[in-house]
Amino acid sequence: MLCDICGKNQATVHLTEIIDDQMNELHLCEECARHKSAAMEQQFGLSDLLAGMAGFEKSSAKDEEALTMKCPACGLTYADFKKVGRLGCGECYNVFRKYLAPLLKRIHGSNQHIGKSPQKAGRVYKKKDGLAELKSQLAKAIQDEAFEEAARLRDRIKEMETKKEKE
Amino acid sequence: MQINDLINHTSEWLKGTGPNSDVVISSRIRLARNLNKFPFPHWASKAQLNQVLEKASQAMAKVEPLKDATLFILADLDSIDKQFLVERHLMSIEHTQKTEQKAVLVNNEENIAVMINEEDHLRIQLMQSGFNLFEAWEIINGIDDALAKLLDYAYLDDFGYLTACPTNTGTGMRGSVMLHLPALVMSRQIERVLAAIAKLSFTTRGLFGEGTKASGNFFQISNQVSLGHSENEIIENINGLIRQIIEQEIQAREIMMSKSREILEDRINRSLGILKNARIITSQETIELLSMVRLGSDLGMIKDIDRRTINELFIITQPAHLQKLENVKLTSDQRDLKRAELIRKKLNLL
Repeated sequence: MLCDICGKNQATVHLTEIIDDQMNELHLCEECARHKSAAMEQQFGLSDLLAGMAGFEKSSAKDEEALTMKCPACGLTYADFKKVGRLGCGECYNVFRKYLAPLLKRIHGSNQHIGKSPQKAGRVYKKKDGLAELKSQLAKAIQDEAFEEAARLRDRIKEMETKKEKE
Repeated sequence: MQINDLINHTSEWLKGTGPNSDVVISSRIRLARNLNKFPFPHWASKAQLNQVLEKASQAMAKVEPLKDATLFILADLDSIDKQFLVERHLMSIEHTQKTEQKAVLVNNEENIAVMINEEDHLRIQLMQSGFNLFEAWEIINGIDDALAKLLDYAYLDDFGYLTACPTNTGTGMRGSVMLHLPALVMSRQIERVLAAIAKLSFTTRGLFGEGTKASGNFFQISNQVSLGHSENEIIENINGLIRQIIEQEIQAREIMMSKSREILEDRINRSLGILKNARIITSQETIELLSMVRLGSDLGMIKDIDRRTINELFIITQPAHLQKLENVKLTSDQRDLKRAELIRKKLNLL
């Protein structure tokens, strides 16, 4: 079988493209496949996709502030994250929380973890941090009149406080 | 254990046993974990990555199921060895690139593999033969608990386990099931099935993971969402979907058996005939023909070749495996000759 693109070399790479619901088979020689995959990477690189999702709805002075925000622990800026699609360290999640929370929601449909936790995280010092954070999120949600979110946060705070009392 | 010891060993997940093993090849769970206070691998210095490697390997040496495991330092391996580990599904293709400070830990049964300093500090994976995600989860959960006592994981109450890429945040868990769906492919129902899978937020990949084409009727299906559901919920969701696909595949097989048995028998036996006689064969053709032989074995049309032999052939006919077996570097054309020879030997001896 000859390459679908150049028609000269033997096709050794077989590729399936799915665009919408249409499946398209391509048989390429190594050289054309390399060009093709570089082109696809440019179009569909995960980091670009994420970076696109992490983009801001409209540009304003707020964006400038976000892009220059820097994680004090690892030095990654939000602009770096937009470029590479990867965070720099665990602390980045705290520093960029206000931008990451909506991003996580778009990716996963939720930004609230309900799975297992390392036993160590059950200790009080972590919980206290989490609680304070939730309270500040609640204040912000009320301010933004995001009442559904506020109700959810309120329930979670209540739940955490009763748990703490029991301990 | 040395890397060359692996070649004479059959990985746990290739044994062809376990629930629904006529349709399900293997079940895999992987957890992404990072160490608190250390930058994620792409953002860390060499010194920091070395520290991660040291801390992680020391901790793992204390955890029961990993005590006898072997740590392979990737910078010490040549390109064939690295490819060999990828073909055995012990690590990703990404892990073969820029190998400094990267390692992979493999236990003797080859069902547990931990990649160190891949996209995250730790990628712990567990593979089981057949349709067995919950059992895989139980084992890996125990390993994870034990490691959490020794390592300080990056974790937040609201976001869960923190990962380099936000698509893995939360549980850090990906469950995948490798399916063999020849009847759905032959009856042209597979497009509909794959479209439905995509709509339900699951992804489909090929036999060799991320970025590979589904070939030989093999499809690896896994969850995309890792945050907002518990691990058990995620597994239950995958299981529900997989159960439906298995049912449809079995139904399609039954219809083919009753309506076009002769055509099916012809295709299966022709495939076996080519494998037993070919002198030159590519890995792509091998996978496609072996897929038909496997179907024949599952349907009882081929009685003298068992699933395990077929599963092994899928792996040992891969490029790096062939070169390890021959102990020389081979060009693509030389491999096609050696591959045909190896298959003839394995199938005609039976």
